[in-house]
Amino acid sequence: MYNTGKVLTGLVLFVGFITYPFWGGEASPVPKLQKPEKEKQCIEPVAFMRAQHMQMLDDWRNDVVRQATRKYTAVDGKQHNMSLQNTCMKCHTSKKEFCDKCHTYAGVSPFCWTCHVPPKETT
Amino acid sequence: MAIDRRDFLKVAGLTTVIGLTGGGLELLRPGDLDASAPGHEPAAAPGAKQWGMLVDMSRKENWQACIEACHNLHNVPSIDDKKEEIKWIWQAPFQEVFPGSESAYMSDVMKARQFMVLCNHCAEPACVRVCPTKATFKRPEDGIVMMDMHRCIGCRFCMAGCPYGARSFNWREPRLDALTLKGGRKINLEYPTRERGVVEKCTFCAERVDEGKQPACVEATRNGGLVFGDLNDPHSEIRQLLRVKSTIRRKPEVGTNPSIFYVV
Amino acid sequence: MIERALTGSSRYYGWMTLLGGLIGLGVISYAYQYNTGLGITGMSRDVSWGLYISQFTFLVGVAASAVMLVLPYYLHNYKTFGKIVVLGEFLAIASVTMCLLFILADLGKPMRALNVILHPTPNSILFWDMVVLNGYLFLNVLCGWVALLSEKKEVPPPKWIKPFIYLSIPWAVSIHTVTAFLYAGLPGRHFWLTAIMAPRFLASAFAGGPALLIILCLIVKRVSKFDAGKEAISKLTTIVTYAALLNIFFVLLEVFTAFYSNIPGHMHTLQYLFAGLHGHAQLVPWMWTSTILGVGAILALLTVPGLREKEGLLALTCGALFISLWIDKGLGLVLGGFVPSPMEAVTEYHPSAPEILITIGIWSIGFFILSALYRVAISIKEEKMV
Repeated sequence: MYNTGKVLTGLVLFVGFITYPFWGGEASPVPKLQKPEKEKQCIEPVAFMRAQHMQMLDDWRNDVVRQATRKYTAVDGKQHNMSLQNTCMKCHTSKKEFCDKCHTYAGVSPFCWTCHVPPKETT
Repeated sequence: MAIDRRDFLKVAGLTTVIGLTGGGLELLRPGDLDASAPGHEPAAAPGAKQWGMLVDMSRKENWQACIEACHNLHNVPSIDDKKEEIKWIWQAPFQEVFPGSESAYMSDVMKARQFMVLCNHCAEPACVRVCPTKATFKRPEDGIVMMDMHRCIGCRFCMAGCPYGARSFNWREPRLDALTLKGGRKINLEYPTRERGVVEKCTFCAERVDEGKQPACVEATRNGGLVFGDLNDPHSEIRQLLRVKSTIRRKPEVGTNPSIFYVV
Repeated sequence: MIERALTGSSRYYGWMTLLGGLIGLGVISYAYQYNTGLGITGMSRDVSWGLYISQFTFLVGVAASAVMLVLPYYLHNYKTFGKIVVLGEFLAIASVTMCLLFILADLGKPMRALNVILHPTPNSILFWDMVVLNGYLFLNVLCGWVALLSEKKEVPPPKWIKPFIYLSIPWAVSIHTVTAFLYAGLPGRHFWLTAIMAPRFLASAFAGGPALLIILCLIVKRVSKFDAGKEAISKLTTIVTYAALLNIFFVLLEVFTAFYSNIPGHMHTLQYLFAGLHGHAQLVPWMWTSTILGVGAILALLTVPGLREKEGLLALTCGALFISLWIDKGLGLVLGGFVPSPMEAVTEYHPSAPEILITIGIWSIGFFILSALYRVAISIKEEKMV
């Protein structure tokens, strides 16, 4: 093999560079999200919502638009209107302080808001 | 050669015959396969409704108020450019609404009359038949021809397919208009706006109908100009009215079986 | 084998660079459309399909025309086409690629294109068009490449390829029939609602495609050592002549039905195309140009003695016919169907500058692919000749 030293050094540097986020520096702090003032409890437990809200919203939109089903029965038996704008955002009144903060942290950009209207956009 | 020309032609002929008599024709029946997909009931489920509307143009109504009620509720942008305009419900003269039925000796009343036009929520909609993704579909439980904006790919086949010009395409970003509150309009925070690149149209206010309410345009009428009801229920108000009034439908000859009836 | 596309004269490189430049302009224009929306085109609520879908429709025909070489050669053992059958298949590859790109360019939500596969809808003709176009692309890549590989190795093509070749014959007919069904099955559009749409599509395809192929063969003869041969060209010319005659016949049938029956809906679009409707007449000069070029070409093909040997004149005739068919199908047929609208409105359509640049860009991609593939095929053929 030619230039063994150079190639190996280059490889080590490259691997080091791309794995830097895993071993170097500190993880950025988990963002503090604005919690609703009135409600203490989301429609499902926080852990479930944190992990599954995207799946849930996807199911909701199919149920509402395609199956003409508009009521969601939570685990605690309470019924809710399946609506991002009219249910979720009635408690989570700030897209900026709730949705965006965590989405930015997680590096995801869902396209809900290209159609759905967040509460604060009009003020 | 393993297969000669005669053999090939024999096989080709045989498969054609099988295709035409067997599975082939089944595929041509619109809606069948759609209905057999999981989560869908057959289109003519027993007890299924077919929402319809009677448009009585002989009544005095503030038709403009009906249009505004709909367009404000659904955040339909008002675009001045005729080529890009988006409309769910609008007004048009007789010869546009009933082409082929106009006469050179039409009464002055008819010539002046602006007819209310909206999606016909056809019993056999051509737009649903042509849509390649089921983004537009017929709700099996009540016959509303619905749009799934999350799924529409913007191919506009439905616009070519609809014989009534009831469909609009979002050529540009439609939110700019809605969000800048043009002409003193307020955005309705309870209803979404749209993205550019999708087709939209009247949904018979599916979101209100599901709550047991009447469509917004019907609610805005004062003198019974619009009557909404179940065409499959012989005792419904709309069926009673259809029994006693002379009504016509738009382009019945194209076989779409529209659910909007007009007293002209 | 594909690496041969990288070898060639400076003229070849110059041509590819020119195409690359045009593709670049198309890509930039498409980026603009992608970010702004289809509002940058000339399409409208009334004329909801424009240049993209009309080019797609026209090119499906060019793609299908490969069967005019494959069928005589493989099914009737007409050896003369053996030398050029791969040129037909490669033309089909380039054309189908353009078709798919034109559809993609026309979508309002191109990133959702896969929804057609994720939510398959057999009652939609567009779903079947997706199936047959992709299938035809696959068949032509496979058959063309395997045949060329065998030619290079100087062995007969492997037996397993035969079923694919035979399949490609009805498949070619299917792509244009299904594309015709896109239009012929729509209830509210009188101009398209005609059972003769598919035969008309096939006739114009079998005239236009081989006409282009003759021009391509003559160009290839000029720029390389490969000559398709007098007999092949002559046979292709015969195919072009009769397909063009059939096409004109079919168009005249439409005219008769519309005007003798005197049904307004059936006459409106033809009036709009050839005389203008309610003062709108922007397509009239185009349609008459198409008619004159088409009829002129057919008359030349039928009457000029020894036309097939006069290469310059033959190329000119084929070029005139190709342009005539391009106007007829690539403009008039699709755009005309939208006039008048279902609400009896006459809305005219002018493609915008970016729309035209995107269209030219996609044509350039097609010719880029075609030139690269022809370069590979010709270099192998030249090798065998020495």
